[in-house]
Amino acid sequence: MTATPLQAFRTGDTPLPDIVILTHKLTREYDMGGEVVRALQGVSLQIRKNEYVAVMGPSGSGKSTLMNLIGCLDTPTTGEYWLNAQKVSDLDDDALARIRNKEIGFVFQTFNLLPRATALHNVELPLIYAGLGARERRAQAVHALERVGLADRMTHRPNELSGGQRQRVAIARALVNEPSILLADEPTGNLDSTTSAEIMNVFADLHRQGQTIVMVTHEHDIAAHAARVVTLRDGVIATDQRQAA
Amino acid sequence: MPVFEAFRLALQTIRAQKLKSGFSLLGVFIGVASLIAAWSIVNGVNRYMTEKFAQTLYGVNTFQLRRRPMFAANVPDSVWRAWRRRPRIKFSDAEAVTAALTMPVVTAWQSDDNGSVFYGGKEARDIQLVAASERYFEIKNLRIAIGRPFTAQENRSGVPVAVLGDAVAKRLFVDRTPLERSVRIGGIGYRVIGVVEKQGSVLGFPLDRFVVVPAFAPAQSLVNPPGVVDALLVKARSEVEMREAMEVAEGVMRSRRHLRPNQDNNFVLDTSEGVQRFWAGISQILVVVLPGVVIVSLVIGGIVIMNIMLMSVAERTREIGLRKSLGARRRDVLRQFLAESAAIATVGATFGIVAGIGLTLLINAVSPLPASVSPMSVALGVIMGAGVGVIAGVYPASRAARLDPIAALRQE
Repeated sequence: MTATPLQAFRTGDTPLPDIVILTHKLTREYDMGGEVVRALQGVSLQIRKNEYVAVMGPSGSGKSTLMNLIGCLDTPTTGEYWLNAQKVSDLDDDALARIRNKEIGFVFQTFNLLPRATALHNVELPLIYAGLGARERRAQAVHALERVGLADRMTHRPNELSGGQRQRVAIARALVNEPSILLADEPTGNLDSTTSAEIMNVFADLHRQGQTIVMVTHEHDIAAHAARVVTLRDGVIATDQRQAA
Repeated sequence: MPVFEAFRLALQTIRAQKLKSGFSLLGVFIGVASLIAAWSIVNGVNRYMTEKFAQTLYGVNTFQLRRRPMFAANVPDSVWRAWRRRPRIKFSDAEAVTAALTMPVVTAWQSDDNGSVFYGGKEARDIQLVAASERYFEIKNLRIAIGRPFTAQENRSGVPVAVLGDAVAKRLFVDRTPLERSVRIGGIGYRVIGVVEKQGSVLGFPLDRFVVVPAFAPAQSLVNPPGVVDALLVKARSEVEMREAMEVAEGVMRSRRHLRPNQDNNFVLDTSEGVQRFWAGISQILVVVLPGVVIVSLVIGGIVIMNIMLMSVAERTREIGLRKSLGARRRDVLRQFLAESAAIATVGATFGIVAGIGLTLLINAVSPLPASVSPMSVALGVIMGAGVGVIAGVYPASRAARLDPIAALRQE
């Protein structure tokens, strides 16, 4: 079944308070050497607090573009994007950086940890850009690492950790600022099936604790962990289904 | 990100990439080290010149009446030719000036030229042959090690006696005593009556290669035409009295030479200030050349740092993308890379300072140049080093700051 929109949104409206992500007729066009590529062609998507959404779609369907927009790494060509009751689609670079810092926790397929820094320092990174003092940073980073079950690996460097542990460090880093959304891009793409299951358990725990999660994946059995699956095709939403957990 | 964090991070990166950082700070290192070493040499020689050299050559409160200055730098040909046309100082001039000086002064005549001194089959070449009057030793502060100086009578009557410099005595007599032996100068035998204490050297020039004979001895004809003296040395008790004596001497000479008030002196009253002016002329050249050397090495250092930083930005594109995705603003990234290049340069400058000071001490120890570290050069070294780092870092850092996080994250 296709999920109905939570709100009949029109330009000029503001989203309802429990809607974390609201995109309205979002388009994104790239100029590829004189040829205009329309990666997104009007995506309207609403995600409520504490939803667990998987975004699927074949390559070229626009799911990466959508992720970049939701993650405030990119701005749309037209359309609106509201994140946590704030219209972010027309913010400048530095303002977007603040939003990324405060509202979004990224988890990447390739973990993207700083290789020479300890797990603790990696997790502290977003807090440095948030301007927190050293003591506070450390306390929060320790707490985040405890939440993903890595309290005993804090002083290890990434190359001293297994793939699953590395991804858990990355999740701790994503959580440390207590973001509105956890944005995961193929989080199990570089992991074996056992470790993937382990990470999916972490996600499930976080979801239970109230975390809003948006996850891009092309694996159906990973998408199956989410409560809602949005499928993109040719730059538009093809299906949007809720499923039993 | 606070500045402190940026520097902490920068130092971490430098520690992690020792080799690369080592190469990149080489330029600044060399620049700052050469700045300090060269500056220290100039500084040291300067002080030496003003404090010691001038005093050694001229003596305290002493002036010399001469045809032309003993030391002169950057003298145009026309001036040289004019100097050469000037009349020489005659015995009669020297006597008249001496007679006119009523204040208590010590005077001596001096003429000199280079020549050889022989003893037996041995020859001491390139020796300063000095024909001087008896108070010369006193004015020049030459203490006699063995034997005695010649007397006023010996001087007047031109007795062929000689007082040797330490190097000449060693060259001709090795370990034996030179006293009462006869050395030959210009084919005439001179009885050695004394040897002067070892004087050492100034700026590598030995001060012990001389022989002093009486002004009226036959050797006078070797160093000057008859009746001519190179210099009249006048030593006063104080600077004030020296100035007075100089005025008297000037008046006497001008009237003897029939100079009208609008005519310039055709002689000089040379003091240690003259030597200092001469040195100032030379050090001015250094002051022009030295910054050139330093600037060239700092520019090279800056280019090297810029290159390394560009490499570093390219290598760490992914890291920059990640930092941006975690909330780093442009200015955070800019600051991080600026801090890094400034830190590299400052570390280079610090090593440069240590090496520069070391080099200075080494030069001081093994060479005749009396180098001494100038605190100004150290301060300037730090400032210039860090400045080069910041300037060299601007372009790479702004490139890093402008990176698109999506493209940066996608890069392998």
